[in-house]
Amino acid sequence: MLNYTIRRLLISIPTLLFISLAIFLLLELAPGDPMAQVPLTVPPEVKQAMREALGLGEPVHIRFWKWIVQFFWTEPLHLFDSWFGTAWAEGQQRVISWQTRSPVMEIVAQRMPQTLWVVGLSYIIGTLIALPIGIISAYRQYSIFDQIGTFVSMVGFSVPTFFTGVLLIVIFSVKLGWFPSIYDTTLVVNDWSSFVLQLKQMVMPVFVLALYNAAQISRFMRASMLDNLNQDYVRTARAKGLTERVVVLLHVLRNSMIPVVTVIALGVPTVFGGAIITEQVFKVNGLGQLLITAIQANDLPMVQSLTFIFAVLIVLFNLIADVLYGLLDPRIRYD
Amino acid sequence: MPDGAQPVLDVRDLKTVFRTRSGEVHAVNSVSFDLRPGELLGVVGESGSGKSVTMMSLIGLVPMPPAEMRGGEVLFGGQDLLRAGPAAMRAIRGKRIGFVFQDPMTSLNPVFTVGYQLCEPLRRHMGLSKAAARKRAAELLDLVGIPDAARRLSDYPHQFSGGMRQRVMIAMALACDPEVLIADEPTTALDVTIQAQILELVKDLRQKLGMAIIWITHDLGVIAGIADRVLVMYGGQIVEHAPVRELFANPQHPYTRALLKTVPSVRGDRAPRLRVIEGQPPILTAAPDACPFRFRCGHRFDRCDAENPPRFPTGPAHDAACFWDPATDAPRNA
Repeated sequence: MLNYTIRRLLISIPTLLFISLAIFLLLELAPGDPMAQVPLTVPPEVKQAMREALGLGEPVHIRFWKWIVQFFWTEPLHLFDSWFGTAWAEGQQRVISWQTRSPVMEIVAQRMPQTLWVVGLSYIIGTLIALPIGIISAYRQYSIFDQIGTFVSMVGFSVPTFFTGVLLIVIFSVKLGWFPSIYDTTLVVNDWSSFVLQLKQMVMPVFVLALYNAAQISRFMRASMLDNLNQDYVRTARAKGLTERVVVLLHVLRNSMIPVVTVIALGVPTVFGGAIITEQVFKVNGLGQLLITAIQANDLPMVQSLTFIFAVLIVLFNLIADVLYGLLDPRIRYD
Repeated sequence: MPDGAQPVLDVRDLKTVFRTRSGEVHAVNSVSFDLRPGELLGVVGESGSGKSVTMMSLIGLVPMPPAEMRGGEVLFGGQDLLRAGPAAMRAIRGKRIGFVFQDPMTSLNPVFTVGYQLCEPLRRHMGLSKAAARKRAAELLDLVGIPDAARRLSDYPHQFSGGMRQRVMIAMALACDPEVLIADEPTTALDVTIQAQILELVKDLRQKLGMAIIWITHDLGVIAGIADRVLVMYGGQIVEHAPVRELFANPQHPYTRALLKTVPSVRGDRAPRLRVIEGQPPILTAAPDACPFRFRCGHRFDRCDAENPPRFPTGPAHDAACFWDPATDAPRNA
């Protein structure tokens, strides 16, 4: 298993390099000008000079190479410096956001907590709700519980989050005034009342995303349980005189979790990607919102870096899903 | 097996119905039989004749719903299993009545080690500690002829061959020294040489442990080799019941006779075609008020359409559910 993991990690290096090239070329080919938002009164020669100052005057392969060096060498060195107080990255050019003129990775580090709190929490809550619903729905297939569960899942899955989000805002913020409609990032939690405020502003975005995630995962869980409930080994377990609890929650669940764990693991990168739309609706200034504003402002280094970080996470969690698969299913051994 | 000994299992008038969208399916219809201590009772019949459902019903392993028990009783150790609660049934399943199923490839849980699955009934029914259960599990694997038993406990089912897995299943069924072993086509999914090994193993274990066995199969050759008595099932009913030699020497029911003729012989000239019983097995949605075999029977007459024949005694310990008497080649008077 260790050999397999190491081999997969090594293979992912060329994969990621290729992905970074693809992203770079896509952004290069896309229409759009980082100077588009500069007022028209600025003469074209000045704009050209500004472009060259951003490094846009150089050929594509040189710029790509510079990005590679900055992202894979300078940025890690900087991280190392900030942890251990060394000064190895002193004077080296970091990846700079064109919009804000500050290093991309510092902005990412600022935005990460909001995304992890809101989107990450909703993913955890969604999963925790989804698993029992899926198990019970499958065990009591076509019961009232299953029917309601199916209906709610269908709604949660098919109604887009920007709709449920706005609906919740209209009901709970505008009409009832229970929760704030805007997520306030500047809120510092240092006592009980600010903690309650933090909870209040998290309720709606977390609910919207949890509903969406739970809808998806509970369907997977249900389907996987149903696949296994009719297997011969379940009859064997019952024939041994085991209780229903042991039969379902040990024998069946252990088998049903194999595909579901994979689905859950593969969904984690989307957490970091931030639920882009939901973050917009509730004004959570997380990674998703960062990406949207960067795209709108033609902030190429920011878009390039964020997209690449998501790509890394996707590759990484694919690997994690495969390793988990091998750990859970003894029939699959990679070595 | 002394005649007239108290039966370990006494099934009377068992009826199982499946409720489906297209109506009720009378899968088991008034089945009665008994099982005596230490005997091997063979149950034969084609697919869909109700062999498995009968045995699953009496131990509560048919899924309910859609299945429904419509009366009858199953006496086991002075207790009526059809009226026992789920907890009482769990205490019997795996402890006093063991099961071996048809397909050893899918009957074991793929994600647990063989040792774990073997220890489950031991720990649950015998209250053994982990270490004691493991020791006993190794003995059981050894008993069913798996070499290097102690080490193989930590292997997963996919690391065993089909025949070995069926041995594991048998070990699991025998773990708590059951009084009754129900084997549901245990050799059907195995190739012929492995089948012979498993048959030998069961014969041998029966000598050593002395439990009564119900052996479900559609293979008449297997029945001839191991059974003491035979039940022939057709359309959810028992159509003939006889000691094994008697059944092969003197079959009474037209279905049994037809079934025995389908067995190809290697002696003499090769038949140009394999013999079959013409027609299809019955669809069991109709109410069972006529002989289920009448459409395929050469001796059908008006009474067969009007009544479902009861089991007529035709000799010592021999009965057949048919209005036609092969001895006189005429309808029975009864």
